[in-house]
Amino acid sequence: MTAYPTDLGAPVRTTCPYCGVGCGVLARPDGTGGVSIQGDPDHPANFGRLCSKGSALGETVGLDGRLLHPVLQGRRASWDEALGAAASGLQDVLDRHGPDAVAFYLSGQLLTEDYYVANKLIKGFIGSPHVDTNSRLCMSSSVAGHKRAFGSDTVPGCYEDLDEADLLILVGSNAAWCHPILFRRMLDNRTRRGAKIIVVDPRRSATGDEADLFLPVTPGMDTALFCGLLVHLVETDALDRAYLDAHTSDFEAALSRSRAIAPDLATTARLTGLPKSDVASFFTLFRNTGRVVTCYSQGVNQSAQGTDKVGAIINCHLATGRIGRPGMGPFSLTGQPNAMGGREVGGLANMLAAHMGFAPPDIDRVRRFWDASRMAETEGLKAVALFDAIDTGRIKALWVMATNPLVSMPDADRVARALAKLELLIVSDNVASSDTVARGADILFPAAAWGEKDGTVTNSERRISRQRAFLPLPGEARPDWWIVSEVAREMGFAAAFPYRSAAEIFREHAALTAFENEGARDLDLGALVALDQDGYDALAPVQWPVPAGGAEARRLFAEGGFFTLDGRARLVPPEPPKLAASLCDTYPFWLNTGRVRDHWHTMTRTGKSPRLGSHRPVPFVEVNPADAARLGLSAGDLARVSTTSGSTVLEVEIHSGQAPGSLFVPIHWSRDTSSDGRIGPLVHGFVDPHSGQPETKATPAAIAPEPMRLRGFVLSRGPVRLAEGTWWARAAIAGGTGTLFAAHGTAREIAEWAPDLFPGADLAEYVDARADVYRCAAFSEGRFKGVLFVGPADGRPQWEAAKLLLARPDEVEDRRVALSGKPPGGQPTGPLVCACFGVGLSAIREAIASGGATTPEAIGVALRAGTNCGSCLPELRRIVVQEAVA
Amino acid sequence: MAARERLVVVGNGMVSLRFLERLAEHAPGRYDVTVIGKEASPAYNRVLLSALLAGDVDLAGCVLRDESWYRRSRIRLLTGRTATAIHPAARTVSVDGESIPFDRLVLATGSDPIMLPRPGMDLPGVMAFRDLAHVDTMRALRGSDARAVVIGGGLLGLEAAYGLARLGVDTTLLHVMDRLMERQLDARAARLVRAAMERKGVRILLEANTEAVEGFGRVQAVRLADGTVIPADLVVVAVGVRPRVDLARAAGLAIGRGVQVDDGLQTSRSGIHAIGECAEHRGQVYGLVEPGYEQADILARRLGGRDETYAGSTVATSLKVSGLPVFSAGEIADQAEGEPILLSDPASGIYRKLLLRDGRLVGSLLIGDVAESTWYRELIRTGEPVGPFRHDLMFGRPTTLAEAEPQRLVA
Repeated sequence: MTAYPTDLGAPVRTTCPYCGVGCGVLARPDGTGGVSIQGDPDHPANFGRLCSKGSALGETVGLDGRLLHPVLQGRRASWDEALGAAASGLQDVLDRHGPDAVAFYLSGQLLTEDYYVANKLIKGFIGSPHVDTNSRLCMSSSVAGHKRAFGSDTVPGCYEDLDEADLLILVGSNAAWCHPILFRRMLDNRTRRGAKIIVVDPRRSATGDEADLFLPVTPGMDTALFCGLLVHLVETDALDRAYLDAHTSDFEAALSRSRAIAPDLATTARLTGLPKSDVASFFTLFRNTGRVVTCYSQGVNQSAQGTDKVGAIINCHLATGRIGRPGMGPFSLTGQPNAMGGREVGGLANMLAAHMGFAPPDIDRVRRFWDASRMAETEGLKAVALFDAIDTGRIKALWVMATNPLVSMPDADRVARALAKLELLIVSDNVASSDTVARGADILFPAAAWGEKDGTVTNSERRISRQRAFLPLPGEARPDWWIVSEVAREMGFAAAFPYRSAAEIFREHAALTAFENEGARDLDLGALVALDQDGYDALAPVQWPVPAGGAEARRLFAEGGFFTLDGRARLVPPEPPKLAASLCDTYPFWLNTGRVRDHWHTMTRTGKSPRLGSHRPVPFVEVNPADAARLGLSAGDLARVSTTSGSTVLEVEIHSGQAPGSLFVPIHWSRDTSSDGRIGPLVHGFVDPHSGQPETKATPAAIAPEPMRLRGFVLSRGPVRLAEGTWWARAAIAGGTGTLFAAHGTAREIAEWAPDLFPGADLAEYVDARADVYRCAAFSEGRFKGVLFVGPADGRPQWEAAKLLLARPDEVEDRRVALSGKPPGGQPTGPLVCACFGVGLSAIREAIASGGATTPEAIGVALRAGTNCGSCLPELRRIVVQEAVA
Repeated sequence: MAARERLVVVGNGMVSLRFLERLAEHAPGRYDVTVIGKEASPAYNRVLLSALLAGDVDLAGCVLRDESWYRRSRIRLLTGRTATAIHPAARTVSVDGESIPFDRLVLATGSDPIMLPRPGMDLPGVMAFRDLAHVDTMRALRGSDARAVVIGGGLLGLEAAYGLARLGVDTTLLHVMDRLMERQLDARAARLVRAAMERKGVRILLEANTEAVEGFGRVQAVRLADGTVIPADLVVVAVGVRPRVDLARAAGLAIGRGVQVDDGLQTSRSGIHAIGECAEHRGQVYGLVEPGYEQADILARRLGGRDETYAGSTVATSLKVSGLPVFSAGEIADQAEGEPILLSDPASGIYRKLLLRDGRLVGSLLIGDVAESTWYRELIRTGEPVGPFRHDLMFGRPTTLAEAEPQRLVA
């Protein structure tokens, strides 16, 4: 199956499993299950750089929390049993209800080969089109936007365009945190070449902090901005008429609609809520700068009009011919490591395979190629509709792979209720306690994780890179492609699923992309069809298309050549912009969702890293200062955030970058890592009519103080469960786990937790009952086991010092110090700012105060902070300014 | 040259000596000083008797000043002499028939150990724990198979029992209350001290009401009210002390439990002062050396011409049992009104209680870890508000750095 490196000293070239940048990683396993991680200097995505998350990958490969054997109806089972049960279960549903009752729900975390096999099984042999993926929640509006405009899901440009542009426009993208390595390339470009950066986002994120021009657009009004821009380009005669004439169609319709939406500067400014002067600057910069790249991300995609937003952006690039040429083009920054690969094999309900759709010739071609016994012949249900169909009983069997819909789906509590109605739920995952796993599946398959599995991923610039295994498969874990293939064989499809390696699957996938292609389809891997095992193992990062006998294409469409029937791009007339829902007196805030710097999705991996856990240890809601003052909320308070579909309690962060009337919450926390951090249940399920992508960034919401009497924390060697009714969130810390909590009741009642939290340990205790303070430190045979601290909510116990103790086990000589909340000699580091080098706020303040470092660059020289991935540079800049004022 | 004022000090214990030392500092040469001491030797450190018994110090370590110091200080020292009467009107003291005139008189007569009013207290082998002779008696039991009973579970009784046990003597401690050191310890601390004493080899009986000491010609047993009979070759009685006031009473000075003094440490007769364990100030009689030292300091400064007054002492006690540090100051009772802050670490034998009232520290009880005891005592004495560092209080003085840079809240 898979060959593992035997020379432990040699680095394995692989690819980071986080965002869509797809950075190359050098992994050096230490031979005892650990690994040291470096950026791959030869990888063209990152040239050796890694962000905070990538740098900490070595802290995430531990086996704690892993699902290491199959589980059948809640009990451990053999592979034979579990595979047999899955096959017969699927067959049974198929026999009784037909193929339409079977669905797969996949993930942008899967490798292309995993995806390919799953897609082939359901669409070609089970005969159901209902295979969708968490990519639907991530970038399906870009897919739909690309297909409408280009006739294919093609990203026209490449990363070098970010180096070579003179104007970089980021729309709905917090690249500084979510695509840090690409953002570093943009900042480097600005430093080296003077590129301007414009950020369009309702929220001034760390990316907005860095902008030359920040445009806090009214939520949902991006389309108006780009319609206004198109009109402006027409009126100032800035169009590329030759390109428009030669390579596009429908310009007049698009312009006419754009005029109707945003006829002039004043209307554009009014609709977008921006100052006229800023809109004018934006128009002028775009008009006068040839080399413009417009990057967009979830702020554009996660919208009920996301496809139109993409269209409005692409319109401006097509109209100026700024596409497919160095430093020019629309650029979708993909969220997941292999959303692109999933799209390529057809792992979405509205695509068939290899960038082919459900047109009869495509269906026929794929049927013949696969020798499929039962082809799906219509588009299937997209994620939101798919879970609706489970709820209404249409779908009876679901196989979830590598994703956690109970956390990530909109209206996630409804999803939970729907899953309970299934006749058969199969989950393949590598963690034992994700919310979806924990609610109980009929069959659990233990999947291989990053570092253990082998295959390919495609990044945001169409570059295919290998993920290579450098760790042995733990327990009974297996690669996803193997699990799916085995089930397929059990179901009687052995001939079509003969795979013994990822390389075989890749070859078949490549062959399908080239099959009867002749340049008709953008995705063509013809040059890779003959790759043998050695060639696959040695495969260097390569950008598609790579047709047989042809060179790889860096950029497309500079000379037209679109994949529409007439070869012309379409300019799209967008619908008038508006959000799917409206605010009302009960729900007067817009609830926005997104990522934090140091976490990834539901934290199954980043949650294991102490470095990554300390930047933002609890789920929070960001509130504008004026709103906070009006509502009586202070930083660190707890607040209840409610929508029509759900409600939860989060810690308040006050941030001037948050527009008045808007709230921001991170998406990362789950039931496994928090009591109340799961945001999915709050988000409404309105979807884009073209892409089916839900509008997860604008749900009407209410916020109100949720005072809890007590706040506290538990530091322990392993995870602990706190009493029901307690608000809590858990983070990895050096030496163990930190659990921050809030509770009603009294410190005396919390004190009763101690013996259960630290069974059998000696407890040293500090009690100030009148002040409602209780602390205990646990020791066992002289070894420090952890602490429980609780106190009044308004004077929250601080865990920085206690964390130092847990990080240095067995060195607690003065047991009293463990109760003091004070560091054992030396000051605590304060909240982590630079995750790459572990530099805390205290050290930075000290460096500034000593006069030695007055700029982020000087801080970098003194402390190394900000010199790796640079994602903390905006924060460093802000600290420098704050300290200068103070 | 005008005649110097004649100052006579009755008593030559620790407080007396401290007074003489301070007087030499604040009023050098101003007084013609005579000291009358009953014991044959000059003052020694009575507080160290327990340590002497336990073998932690030797006799030389207990000596405070030898006779040459008195000579150099031009103090007339009369040892082995007893003051028999004071004549306030005549301004004289009778000492073994000799009449010694004074212009000012300082009474530092100390206290006597209380012997229980029970049968048999006069038997040979029953004694207090008060002077060097008692220590000698106890040390003589080393290596024997003698059995000792200590009556009284206060500070001194515990120290005596610990010292005896350490000598290898089979030792039982009887205490009439339901817990040890009830005035200095709360119930929890008392349990800890009891357990620690038992680990050190002292058998402890609580609620043990001594009915009689029994023996023919010599002590043989202690009988309790419940009928229990405990064999004993030595009985040490440490149930408290009584101020020595006979001389003052006979002289017509105002007496309560002790010789009553005002804030100037003057008795009811002008020019006659009292300090130390014989004195009663604002209704309070102190059975410890430190308040006496404070009184001695203030009186010496007053006699040096300064206008200082004494406002009472914060009582602090420390148990001198090695490996069992105990410190108690101020209000520590379980029933005491206020806000207790507790730290306990049973596995390390540590228990600490601080009692706050109205934002001020009013009591401190430290077992096992007596760090910061002087700071607490000072806080109790000064009544400085401790609210601002309430949660640092247990862990030592807040550093300026910690105060200057409040950390970010939890997140």
